[in-house]
Amino acid sequence: MEILEKIKKIAGNNSVETTEDGKIVLNMGPSHPAMHGIVKIYLTLEGEKVSDCDVEIGYLHRGFEKTCENINYNQVVPYTDRLNYVSPFINNVGYALAVEKLMGVKTPERCDYIRTVMSEISRITDHLTCIGANAMELGAFTVYFYLINAREELYKLGDYVAGGRITPNYTRIGGVAKDLPEDFAQKTQEAFKVLEKNLSDTEKLLSRNRIFYDRLKDTGKITKEEAVSYSFTGPMIRACGVDYDVRKDSPYLVYDRFDFEIPVCSDGDNYARYLVRLEEIKQSVSIVRQALKQIPKGPISSRDFSVALPSKEETYSNIEALMAHFKLTFEGPKPPKGEIYFPVEGGNGELGFYIISDGTHKPWRVRVRPPCFPITSALSRLIKGGYVADIIATFGQINMIGGELER
Amino acid sequence: MKAIESLKEKFSDKIISHDSFAGQDFITAKKECLKDMAVFLRDELHFDFLSDLTCVDYKGYPGRENAPRFETVYHFYSHKTKERISLKFPIEETSPNIDSLTGLWLAANWYEREVYDMYGIHFTGHPDLRRILMYEEFKGHPLRKDYPLKARQPRIPHED
Repeated sequence: MEILEKIKKIAGNNSVETTEDGKIVLNMGPSHPAMHGIVKIYLTLEGEKVSDCDVEIGYLHRGFEKTCENINYNQVVPYTDRLNYVSPFINNVGYALAVEKLMGVKTPERCDYIRTVMSEISRITDHLTCIGANAMELGAFTVYFYLINAREELYKLGDYVAGGRITPNYTRIGGVAKDLPEDFAQKTQEAFKVLEKNLSDTEKLLSRNRIFYDRLKDTGKITKEEAVSYSFTGPMIRACGVDYDVRKDSPYLVYDRFDFEIPVCSDGDNYARYLVRLEEIKQSVSIVRQALKQIPKGPISSRDFSVALPSKEETYSNIEALMAHFKLTFEGPKPPKGEIYFPVEGGNGELGFYIISDGTHKPWRVRVRPPCFPITSALSRLIKGGYVADIIATFGQINMIGGELER
Repeated sequence: MKAIESLKEKFSDKIISHDSFAGQDFITAKKECLKDMAVFLRDELHFDFLSDLTCVDYKGYPGRENAPRFETVYHFYSHKTKERISLKFPIEETSPNIDSLTGLWLAANWYEREVYDMYGIHFTGHPDLRRILMYEEFKGHPLRKDYPLKARQPRIPHED
């Protein structure tokens, strides 16, 4: 670590300097024009090759876990929006499912379907952002607009359902905030039309594009064994040839009722990650279509008054419901003493919530297992030995989301 | 759950308790056997995936007045058998240290740095135990229960 200390001392001056053996020490970040997200990379360069590097994070730490210990269970939901802010619904759903499992609450079928649909829409926006931003940073600006336009259609859909583009605050413990609007299925089809058109254009522009291909192929390569050891999940590990997907391997919600595939690619490089993400978008579209066909009618929240708020009509006509309304609003749900680790498949991989309850209305501990934390820990391994230009490609494909990484 | 049975058989004298909650198994064991257990889990029982590593501060938790203050928690997953298992290791406040798993899983490196940063648990054998989310000059460990929610930090003198 001595070398690292020395590098940092030189790098701390925010200027380019040379070490004794002729290597250049360079600071990349924390706010770099060619990278989205705030992360600082200390680089030691030999010509244009990265010979050593260290990744520093922590610029977006907001104390999510500490905050959660001081508020009640329902108040945590809006904070989860801000974990992975390009796929907020998945965070909402993951948190709600964890608390519900802790309390032993069963949600109605319609609620499960709604959560599935919104999660998949979120997964699509996540992948669109990743591919779009990555392509833009590599020079394909047109693609960025195609994909961001498609994403905007989906954001509008989320806005239409939940009332917020990127901060929907949609789930409650025991249900969802409101039902899907009546013309939701039709609006989804319209949005998907835009998405599919733009996606096919993107594929034509990128997949066999010489420049794009050359910059992604064989860069940021990692073997299957190393990827498992680094605890990669999501598209990153599926691009290394491991077909691990929480939706298939420990199914939650109603994922076992749909016919979908887990795309796997065995190359382990950036191009494989791009292909996996592209295919996953198509699978998610198919899941949403199937779900909208199967979705049953019925209540959207649990009927258990100690968990979910009763409807307004009931509150004004039934004393039990009125009491529950007061109690839930002031105190919130009270899970029994216990603990739970509940993983869901987020945009980047396994998003786990580890919640400990001490029997009161505030959680004792809420730990989020952010999918991109272990992935970012491998960033220095991925870029070491490559060229400086490859850092942009690799960093784009690991899809680091600051809010989720640092909470 | 065959894995749990073989784990319990092998480390019968080290395991303090085995709790099940909502279908999940949590095994509490003495911290000296962390490494042996992890190796056994990985090599014999195919738990090749360290899903998460974290810590909990139980200071003031009802019903745990005499128990050790901290507990490190390890969630494992097996890609082969698709099982999950969680291990917990109590740590006394007076000697906040435990073996590092960096030699077994590369992911343990940053996980352990985060636990060190947030709780001040020292991982023996960790190659680079620095703060990760907070800055070096930060005083205290923010996720400890005795760290106030709105605590202020001293200003850091400017360095040239």
